[in-house]
Amino acid sequence: MAQDSNPSPHQGPAVITSQGTLVPPTAEALSGMSGTQHVDDMSRSFALTTRLDAIIAWGQKNALWPMPYGTACCGIELMSVMGPKYDLARFGAEVVRFSPRQADLLLVAGTITEKMAPVLVRIYRQMLEPKFVLSMGACASTGGFYRAYHVLQGCDKVIPVDVYVPGCPPTPEAVLDGVMALQRMIAKGQPRPWRDNWKAPDYV
Amino acid sequence: MSNLELIKKDLAQKVSIERIKFEHNFGNDVLTIVKEDLLAVMSHFKLTERFDFLIDICGVDYPNREKRFEVVYQLLNSKNGQRLRVKAPVGEGEWIDSLLSLWVGADWFEREAYDMFGILFRGHPNLRKILTHHQFVGHPLRKDYEADRQQHCTETLPIHFDNQPGVDGSILNPNYVPINVGPSHPAMHGTLRVMAELDGETIVRASCEIGYLHRCFEKMAETHPYNQVIPYTDRLNYCSAPMNNVGYCKTVEKLLGVEIPQRAQAMRVILCELSRIIDHIISVGTGGVDLGALTAFFHLFTYREKVYTLFEKLCGARLTVSMTRVGGMAQDAPDGWFNDVLDFCKEMRKEVDEISSLMLDNKIFIKRTQGVCPVKASDAIQWGYTGPLLRASGVGLDLRKLDPYYGYGSLDFDVPVGTNGDVYDRYLVRIEEMRQSLKIIEQVCKNMPGGDYTIRDRGIVLPEKKDVYGNIEGLMNHFMLIIKGLRPPVGEIYDATEAANGELGFYLVSDGSANPYRLKVRPPCFAIYQSFPSVVKGAPLADAIATVASMNVIAGELDR
Repeated sequence: MAQDSNPSPHQGPAVITSQGTLVPPTAEALSGMSGTQHVDDMSRSFALTTRLDAIIAWGQKNALWPMPYGTACCGIELMSVMGPKYDLARFGAEVVRFSPRQADLLLVAGTITEKMAPVLVRIYRQMLEPKFVLSMGACASTGGFYRAYHVLQGCDKVIPVDVYVPGCPPTPEAVLDGVMALQRMIAKGQPRPWRDNWKAPDYV
Repeated sequence: MSNLELIKKDLAQKVSIERIKFEHNFGNDVLTIVKEDLLAVMSHFKLTERFDFLIDICGVDYPNREKRFEVVYQLLNSKNGQRLRVKAPVGEGEWIDSLLSLWVGADWFEREAYDMFGILFRGHPNLRKILTHHQFVGHPLRKDYEADRQQHCTETLPIHFDNQPGVDGSILNPNYVPINVGPSHPAMHGTLRVMAELDGETIVRASCEIGYLHRCFEKMAETHPYNQVIPYTDRLNYCSAPMNNVGYCKTVEKLLGVEIPQRAQAMRVILCELSRIIDHIISVGTGGVDLGALTAFFHLFTYREKVYTLFEKLCGARLTVSMTRVGGMAQDAPDGWFNDVLDFCKEMRKEVDEISSLMLDNKIFIKRTQGVCPVKASDAIQWGYTGPLLRASGVGLDLRKLDPYYGYGSLDFDVPVGTNGDVYDRYLVRIEEMRQSLKIIEQVCKNMPGGDYTIRDRGIVLPEKKDVYGNIEGLMNHFMLIIKGLRPPVGEIYDATEAANGELGFYLVSDGSANPYRLKVRPPCFAIYQSFPSVVKGAPLADAIATVASMNVIAGELDR
């Protein structure tokens, strides 16, 4: 359908045009929001003004779909984060997806070994944009106390990491704090040069 | 007549015993043989049923010896609990006979010795790397390999299978559908990888690739002082971390020849049994999740959290507690802690009954697990099964009964044993074990011995903080122990405890220095998981998922 290049005020709810600007509804449409209206009608005529990027960021930050990449001890603590007591659902991130194509937050929880590194890169590349990475625990962030022949010294050697959560393993509160830090980053639209300048290792 | 003399008399009829050295060191019976005699000696033990279990095979590197490596075999008689260690020196590039013809369970252990040391086993059809990645050059546990020399892996291995007689495992059969599950797959618990060929839904052949969590525990142990190894042991079976602490410390204490105080023993028993419960919680909970039942997981995790809270109160950490020290415990329990444990037991008892009815009486659960991939008792012994899986197959072997430690002998508890060895029986055994563990904890808590929580040997245990800061003697003792380190006598020892998954053994070689010379862990699920391709052969793929969940493979101890 052809879009009007010069939109004029119209009847009905706020709409987003193809240029990405928000067109406010007319006074008649707003005046219809009386107490007698049905909830269904209200939802169609309710209006708010915002910036497009802000409302998208708001949606993104409150509906992070995590893919738990739990490889070791941190994976067990991640279960606690998801579990009944700490309940990551309170932060909108309860829809755990085990397919990278359906997730936008990669939770690297546990030691990444050299053998695992190519798998992790492939998983990361399969995720759709926008995507974020949270590195949970000392091992995922730096290799931890495994300064050893078969352990990758931090998953940021192969993928870009947005938030590092320290601890061995971190407490669930620390992981929640990490998720909240990521939410703030998303809300602010913070630039992510580590992500933009990331080059995939020349394999996988 | 001692056990060793009996063995000597026995062997004299079979092989020339002049070539065999008999020793009794630190409570262990040890035979040193020449490698040519290995098959004769071992088949004698196996056929006369003097030893029915091959518990472990590992290598040790002595670069200055004429024959550089020593292959070490640990044997167990499950009837009377007698153990024997057989050692055979092997030079670099020399072959030693594979024990695959006697025990199928030798398979992965020999591959590991090959991977770590380059020891060659004659007659092993799949002598390839197992823990390190396929591009890794060299053998990392040799003394001349630096602990931090990393080698990058740039690609994953394509689907492959084990070689069978006349069949090359790397060639796929075009009549079947090849399928790869994991390592990043929810049913593979993060780090396991299973490859299979399917005819319809039936598995024609399967194979496991492990090592995705090989984080070099044994090399790290060689480069750290004895007490600093304890945090590494936490991360072996991280579902029941305190049990690994206890197993390791018990081994070192045995080598040192010290007995820890009654109170420390009782505290260790409580920690171990709480760990057993939370380990079974993970096993049963995630086992349900793998079959599509999420309720049990959320239910059970509430109670796992309660145990975490107890641990936190005890020492500040939730999961990886590092609560034991060589010589006892790190600190005493806070006031009222034992009452908190008793309160938890009361709550947990109800929960176990609820979970039992939720899972074991559930029609769907029964249909998914009963009669699925059963393992016969004789096969389980062949593979080296221990713990709940062995007991589910009908063998009532439990080290807490067979070779009681820490006063388990005087406690009243039963060892649940299954009949069919199928997936259902494994959960049945685990859930009953939770009840028995609660019974043990209640008995110990009610009769908590007083006294000290650690020995006070200045060469083993650090003085208390108030002494370090408060008087010159404490300061000096602290300084000396930190600088000089804890130094056990020269020697070697194997010691095992009954962990949540089975026999957790530590083989420790000390050269008198402050670091272990060699520390080999005998992880229970390593022996169990190697049987997976045989166990699921001919079963539908969905049953294989149920089987891998019931084996409760913990990558931390599988790959170390």
